[in-house]
Amino acid sequence: MFLEIKDLSVKIENKNILKSLNLNINKGEVHAIMGPNGSGKSTLANVLAGKEDYEILNGRINFKDNDLFDLNIEERAQEGMFLAFQYPVEIPGVNITPFLHSAINSKRKRMNEEEIDNLSFAKLLKSKASDLGINIDMLKRSVNTGFSGGEKKRYEILQMSILNPDLAILDETDSGLDIDALKIVTDGVNKLKTKNNSFLIITHYQKLLDYIKPDYVHVMVNGSIVKSGGSEIAAEIEKDGFQKFQ
Amino acid sequence: MNSETLNTLDNYSKNKYKYGFVTDIDNEKPKKGLNEDTIKFISLKKNEPDWMLEWRLKAFSKWKKMKEPKWANLNFPKIDYQDIYYYSAPKGFEKKPKDLSEVDPKLIETYNKLGIPLEEQKVLAGVAVDVVFDSVSVATTYKGELEKLGIIFCSIGEAIQKHPNLIRKYLGSVIPSGDHSFSALNSAVFTDGSFVYIPEGVNCPMELSTYFRINAENTGQFERTLIIADKGSYVSYLEGCTAPKRDDNQLHAANVELIALDDAEIKYSTVQNWYPGDEDGKGGIYNFVTKRGLCAGKNSKISWTQVETGSAITWKYPSCILKGDNSIGEFYSVAITNNFQQADTGTKMTHIGKNTKSKIISKGISLGKSQNTYRGEVSFLRKADKARNYTQCDSLLVGNKCGAHTVPYIDSKNNTAVIEHEASTSKINEDQLYYCRQRGLSHEEAVSLIVNGFCKQVLQELPMEFAVEAQKLVSISLEGSVG
Repeated sequence: MFLEIKDLSVKIENKNILKSLNLNINKGEVHAIMGPNGSGKSTLANVLAGKEDYEILNGRINFKDNDLFDLNIEERAQEGMFLAFQYPVEIPGVNITPFLHSAINSKRKRMNEEEIDNLSFAKLLKSKASDLGINIDMLKRSVNTGFSGGEKKRYEILQMSILNPDLAILDETDSGLDIDALKIVTDGVNKLKTKNNSFLIITHYQKLLDYIKPDYVHVMVNGSIVKSGGSEIAAEIEKDGFQKFQ
Repeated sequence: MNSETLNTLDNYSKNKYKYGFVTDIDNEKPKKGLNEDTIKFISLKKNEPDWMLEWRLKAFSKWKKMKEPKWANLNFPKIDYQDIYYYSAPKGFEKKPKDLSEVDPKLIETYNKLGIPLEEQKVLAGVAVDVVFDSVSVATTYKGELEKLGIIFCSIGEAIQKHPNLIRKYLGSVIPSGDHSFSALNSAVFTDGSFVYIPEGVNCPMELSTYFRINAENTGQFERTLIIADKGSYVSYLEGCTAPKRDDNQLHAANVELIALDDAEIKYSTVQNWYPGDEDGKGGIYNFVTKRGLCAGKNSKISWTQVETGSAITWKYPSCILKGDNSIGEFYSVAITNNFQQADTGTKMTHIGKNTKSKIISKGISLGKSQNTYRGEVSFLRKADKARNYTQCDSLLVGNKCGAHTVPYIDSKNNTAVIEHEASTSKINEDQLYYCRQRGLSHEEAVSLIVNGFCKQVLQELPMEFAVEAQKLVSISLEGSVG
């Protein structure tokens, strides 16, 4: 199994957020998790990425034959986990080029691969950016600093395409995007999709799923997955909302 | 290599041998303590003219009546001035490590991280090297080129001998010897430092650095530097080196004076990385530095850039006196304190002339149990019509046992002055760390990246080759502070 979440219960500040959650993802699959606000979707994304604010009460997570709880944030990233943030944070004064260059090399180091030199990396970054329709001038700016919501999301996808993760988690990547931006972002994801990587797409609306076709859709309510199926579930939610699952 | 270079190399090695190991005079032991005899000894050693000795003795008599300035937010034991050597032994005399294997491996590790070539490492670590090929040849080639332009770049000692008129006119003209006790002390006992004179209308074609000055390996405990930019000239001067220097001296009290005449510009960059003491706050340099620039002429400009990461105590306020109309003063500073370091640093901008402008960008980063203070004074005198100042002070705290303090003073006697002041204090942002680590950067790498980003406004003011090393240095200063 590629990613296996078993009986996961998590709390933060005395509040139980995830309750006996189970989820399995195989290589090459695209999963979507839909759910109302406050159902614990983002918590799941952050627990997977290793954010330290949460208390794991029960359960285990296996990722590529690792017990995920044995790995810290950066080790998980280096193992090929990528989280596209809902609200990417601004890092003033830090240029994207050296930032991503260090990131890709720390991953390569862990995988015992040769590090990529400055020049090759700059070329790679430029070509990926132009694939995604990102202006070269944007590469000269500090990470996320002064970016619009749409620019930030495109930037996340650019980083994803450079780091080429095994498991990409997209946390509400569609929020705050207009249709044009949504198309660019989802095109990027579709281009990246291969039979060797997997996607976990967290979203509130069905709209995103018009552009990215998931293999599985899960409905998350109140900290657990209450229903799983194909993309017909997304259509059901679009029609009737989350009410009937609660 | 050209013949001039070869000759110099040849002389250099011979001189080293001749004076470094054999002559009797150099074997004379310097005496501890500070009195008139010490000063006479220094002046005699340096073969100084009478007027110089008198100047020193006058400073000494002032010093005797003075007390150390007390305004700084610093804590340190009383300095025993009688327990210090005021004349350091000449080169080749003191016990030097024979090769790099005798040098503290920690130091070597740092040099490697900074990417410093092996030959340079030897010089920095004080290994006895007869001829340092690279730097000497570079220095010689440069020296010839500078002489053609009429630029004087030599040690202050040499300048006292060869250019007495300039020295008598300008030495102590910006920092009077009686300014405060450390300036009086320096004036009485200084033994080394640089002298630069850029003639009228000359644009100095290279960054001048002590590193390129022959015999500059030991910059000494009481350094004295004097830079004069004549009308319409330009010079960029780099002080020190980004690599940590070994130094057993506890007390450093340097004085640096800059003078810019009409339409002249001086850019002065420092990277200070003296020994900061160990993780428990033991040892380390006390660095009491007085740096002051005088924009004497109209349209002149003086710009200070400093990256301060070393020393147990840093007491330093590079300042500008904006006397000429339309003159400009700038101060860009990064001060990083870790473990038990204390820094009290900032600037003084004194607006005297009309339309004078000053800009202050200060970035303080505190880690461990350190204390970091920005102290600044901006004053506008009565005739400083339409003068402007912009000040930005940002402090970043890493951990919860350190302190950051901002003490700005503003004094305006002219109601046309415009003053802007921005200040911020923040803790290192957990969301930024999380974001970086999610991309695969380690906690330490993430902190270093964020701090470098925080300092960028200042680091980008440094000359290119310096900036790269300074960035690495910033990262090294943060090591071991997170986790």
